[in-house]
Amino acid sequence: MYEGPVQDLIDELGRLPGIGPKSAQRLAFHILKVETVDAERLARAITEVKARVHFCRVCWNVAEGDLCRICKDTRRDPSLVCVVEEPRDLVAIERTQEFRGRYHVLGGAISPIEGIGPDDLRIRELLSRLEPDAIREVILATNPNIEGEATAMYLARLLNPLGVRVTRIASGLPVGGDLEYADEVTLGRAFAGRREMPV
Amino acid sequence: MNLYREQGVVLRTWKLGEADRIVVLLTQGEGKVRAVAKGVRKTKSRFGGRLEPFSHVDLSLYRGRELDIVTQAEVITPFRALREDYDRVVAGTAMLEAVDQVAQEREAAIRLYLLLVRALRALDGGPRDPSVVLDAFLLKLMALEGYRPALAECAGCGARGQPRCFSIARGGGLCERCRTGQESTLDAATMPLLAALLGDDLDTTATAEPAPASRREAGALVKGYVEYHLDRRLRAYPLVAR
Repeated sequence: MYEGPVQDLIDELGRLPGIGPKSAQRLAFHILKVETVDAERLARAITEVKARVHFCRVCWNVAEGDLCRICKDTRRDPSLVCVVEEPRDLVAIERTQEFRGRYHVLGGAISPIEGIGPDDLRIRELLSRLEPDAIREVILATNPNIEGEATAMYLARLLNPLGVRVTRIASGLPVGGDLEYADEVTLGRAFAGRREMPV
Repeated sequence: MNLYREQGVVLRTWKLGEADRIVVLLTQGEGKVRAVAKGVRKTKSRFGGRLEPFSHVDLSLYRGRELDIVTQAEVITPFRALREDYDRVVAGTAMLEAVDQVAQEREAAIRLYLLLVRALRALDGGPRDPSVVLDAFLLKLMALEGYRPALAECAGCGARGQPRCFSIARGGGLCERCRTGQESTLDAATMPLLAALLGDDLDTTATAEPAPASRREAGALVKGYVEYHLDRRLRAYPLVAR
């Protein structure tokens, strides 16, 4: 449709998630219009992220070197490990500033309908951390949907006999929400997980 | 009127954009329906956990050109015990996957719907081996779809009497005269087990405790039979504990 390089750029942008042909065209023309330095900065950021970012060899978070920022930090408790599906989930938990332990990124969740079983996740890598890191507690923070719950149930069954404390993050009502709009499953869980009111 | 109400079971979901989800449902009156649930992935969504796979819901839908839009959902059966047990979730997912493959869009599927709901209740309801309930369900599903395997007679000549060997391609057991020699002879307990899985009620089949060897043999035959006749691979099936 357009001259070679412009069309190439549109095609490449169009491969990105959530970008259709029209958006790709809009972005491509934006890039054509901006200063060369700005366009080059974008190009460099893309090449660098592929060249420099790897997975942490301990927790499989994204990392610039051999170990990620969290695994390098000696102030964090190595005996507490929080299991998440993706690096994005780790970042969400970090934002709470509630957790001072370390993480383990599974790289997904058990999804039978897509044929993803336990062997496709980094579960073996988690097991091999238990002893060297003297892990006392594993906190299962997979998503509260069918796949995430299935993964949590599988891990609990696997880890419990090994003498590690296994906990699951609580499910319940979102802060600022309305009780009358809560669905039965969530409200039921909120009831099951109720606790003493501190005085 | 473009707004309609249906009862259905969520078969699977796909992520759509930032916070939406496409929900694939099996409904009574409209068969398979694909609908968008807007904002369902946000924590404050009013749908919350109602539109997850296995959800048995009463829905209000807005008819769209390609995808419908879910406007309201209320839970009919929560299937809580099913959701809270790994083996049952995996077996149940295999059921949903098979239903997703046979159901036709916009074609009433009352019997299929009732079979699925009954099977999910059976999974939810007791300490039965989930893989047995799954195999019974799959055989009944095949029968409903017109692929009832011949188990009490020969699939070749129709001769009465329970055959001892099974041909997936010919659709059931074969008598000594019809077999070509390629089919292996089954364990003595396997054919009666298959017949019980197909014929008995979903709630009672599973209470019998079949021998592990014929269980495995029957499982392999069920998987092969479904995959051959539907011409689809069952992805969840191999993950079911046996």
